[in-house]
Formats: sequence, C-alpha cells, structure tokens
Amino acid sequence: MSSQTSSPEITFQPDHSGGTSRIWKIFWVLSVLTIIELALGYFLYLKSGQLSDIVVLSTKCVIGILTLAKAYYIVSVFMHLGDEVRNLIMTIVVPLVLFVWFIIAFLYDGNSWKNLRNTNAGSKPNQIEQVHKEVIEK
Amino acid sequence: MATTAIPSETKWWSGGKSPFNSSYGKVMMWYFLMSDAFTFGAFLISYGTIRFSVNHWADPNHVFNAFPFAGHANLPLAFVSLMTFILIFSSVTMVLAVHEGHNMNRKGVEKYMILTILGGIAFLSCQAWEWTHLLTGEHVALLTDGTLGVIPTTVKMNPWGAELDHTTMMSALQKTSHDQLIGIASSLHHGTEAIGHSISTLSNQELINEITAAPGFHATHSGPIAFGGYFFGITGFHGFHVFSGVIINIVMYLKTKLGHFDKRGHYEMIEKAGLYWHFVDLVWVFVFLCFYLV
Repeated sequence: MSSQTSSPEITFQPDHSGGTSRIWKIFWVLSVLTIIELALGYFLYLKSGQLSDIVVLSTKCVIGILTLAKAYYIVSVFMHLGDEVRNLIMTIVVPLVLFVWFIIAFLYDGNSWKNLRNTNAGSKPNQIEQVHKEVIEK
Repeated sequence: MATTAIPSETKWWSGGKSPFNSSYGKVMMWYFLMSDAFTFGAFLISYGTIRFSVNHWADPNHVFNAFPFAGHANLPLAFVSLMTFILIFSSVTMVLAVHEGHNMNRKGVEKYMILTILGGIAFLSCQAWEWTHLLTGEHVALLTDGTLGVIPTTVKMNPWGAELDHTTMMSALQKTSHDQLIGIASSLHHGTEAIGHSISTLSNQELINEITAAPGFHATHSGPIAFGGYFFGITGFHGFHVFSGVIINIVMYLKTKLGHFDKRGHYEMIEKAGLYWHFVDLVWVFVFLCFYLV
C-alpha cells in the first residue's frame, strides 16, 4: 500500500508508515495527565478553606502547566504538526505567543479593577449593600 | 511507500516548491484554526478578567456537582471528567481514521469515523444534560429586591453567591412574600404534591419556621451576574463547534463510503476534518481548565 502525493505543493511526503502504537501511547499520556489534574482539583476541593493562598495558587499553576502539556501532545502528535516542516510549525506557533501578553495584561487589569472596587474611589460593595437596604426600607 | 527523508540542506525559499511542504487546503485549515484559537482565547481571557475583578466567584465544585441518575449526591468533577474522557477518546479514534487513510484502507476509515461521530454525539448529549440541569435546577438565593426566592442558573441570574449569614437570611425571610415562601418550602420538599397542598394553608410565620427547620436548608447571595453569560456563551460556542464537527465528520464518512477518496487517490480530506476535530478537543482542554478545575 502506498499513499500518493496528494498535491504538487508537497515536496517530501512525511513518513506515515509507523503503526498505531504512538497514538495509543499519547492517549495514555493524555489520560494520565487528566487524572493528575482531576486529583489536584479534588485536593483543592477537599481542602478548600484550609490552604494558604500561595498553595492554592501554585496548585492551580501546576494544573495550568499540565493543561499546556496536554495541548502540546494534541497539537504535535494528533494534529501531526510535529511532522510538518519547521517553516509551517513556526508560522502557526509564533503568533500564539501574543497570548502571553494577552493573559498577563487582561488578568492584571481585572485584578486592579477589583482593588479599585474595594476602595472608596470605586464602588465599595458594603456601601452598595447599605444604600440598597435604605432603598428597600423606604 | 513514497517516503523521503528531508535533506538538511533543502532550500525552502529558493522557489520551485512550497516552503510549507503542505497542500493549500491544509495550510488554510491551520490558519483558520489559529484564528479560531484567538476567538476562543479572547472569550476565555475576557472571562478571566471579569472573574478576577469581583470579590466572589461561583465555586465550580459546588455548581457542577451533579451526575445523571445520581439524584442529589455531591459528586464534584465527576460528570465533566466523563465528558473530557469522551472527547479524548473520540480524538484518538479520529487520529486512527487519519492513520487508516494514509494506508488507503477504506474499511478502517469508515469504522473509526463512525466511532468518532458517536463520541461527538455522546459529548453533545452530556452537554445537553448539563445545561438542562443548570437551567432547571433551582436554589434559594437572595434576590435584588432583598427577598429570598428560588432561582435557576441563567444568563440573567444564578444562585452561586456566598453563603448568607443567619441575620441577613432571617430579615430577608421576613420581607419575602407568601407565594415566594411557598415556593421555597416546596423546593425543600422537592415539590412533593401531598406536602405542597398542606403548606399552602400555612401562615407566613409558620412557613418561615418550616423552612428554617428543614434539614440542609441554606441560602446564598445571588451569584456573580456574568457567570451564566460566560458559562453558557463559551460552552455553547464550543458545543456549536462540536456539533459542526459532527456534521463535517458525517459528510466525510459518507464521502468515504461512496469511494470519493479512493477515486481521488488520497484521504487528505479526512486529515483536514481531523485537524478541526482535534482543535475542538484542544479547546475543551482549556474550557475544562477555566470553568471546572480552577
């Protein structure tokens, strides 16, 4: 059996002769990563209210990193991006670096919004509740 | 097999060949998926911004703790894990279909496409159940007019705020109308008809006593208003991707069955549909992270 070159743009046909063992290996990797994520999520649930902020935050960061690892395996192996030439890989991956700025800038903005909300300059929640109560009592 | 190792000195940009060593359709599918990644990314980051900007956000372990046919058992993370594994598994069957396509094995492609389609339908069914559960599952919460009421999770309101302290709860109950009190009392008895008839004759104070004495009764502030919009918006947009992926896969299955790809001499369309399907799985990995895990 041979697969023909599907289009004239393809100069070098990637090697697809391997078996399915790599696919199943990645399936197990993804499953194990998901189970670890779930275990950490369950740990946060069981210990909620008892952990310091820094432990909660670092556990969530670990879960985030495991998610990025899953994303890497899906894109690289299942979507076969890892088998493509470097030119194509770079044109897909490099623009995604924008997300680094995107995430930092917007979460920082959200956080500063919250800080403002809790000062007298913003709309302090307990003040709103008081005003609300007065309106209801009238 | 017409496989050639790529010589290291290949001059990709000197003309005469595509520097991407890939067909037009596949490169454009990649660019489409990249733009879709930015769309989903923008949605999720907007959600993160709003979530960071409020003092209290809905606790996912509390919101998503139900499982079909498990009644009121508290099972955080269980159902969404099932959905995640369904999607991972359907990704595996998709990549196996692509693999069979490389080997020009039509029967193999057909078999794995069917499995992938079934996985997609199973995922959509799970999502339909979860949405129904949220849209119809009512809980007692403090409404904006200062009274207590039973509300579901919609884009306008949800009961996922912080727990009410006793004093606030009691004063809110005093302000609550007779009809709302009956609603709360019958929700605590899960709408049993026999009890429903007897409670309608009770006075407000008797209803309040009944409600506060009920085992496991608790009330919350109404939740962050943006929660429903973000949850239904983003999981809905993802669900729509799954739905269109299932449609595309069905078309690909039929074209395989009709022998179109054998006639063409290659199964590249299966690869392109596969790229889309894996992308749907990829997005779910991040939706799972942002809405359910953290």
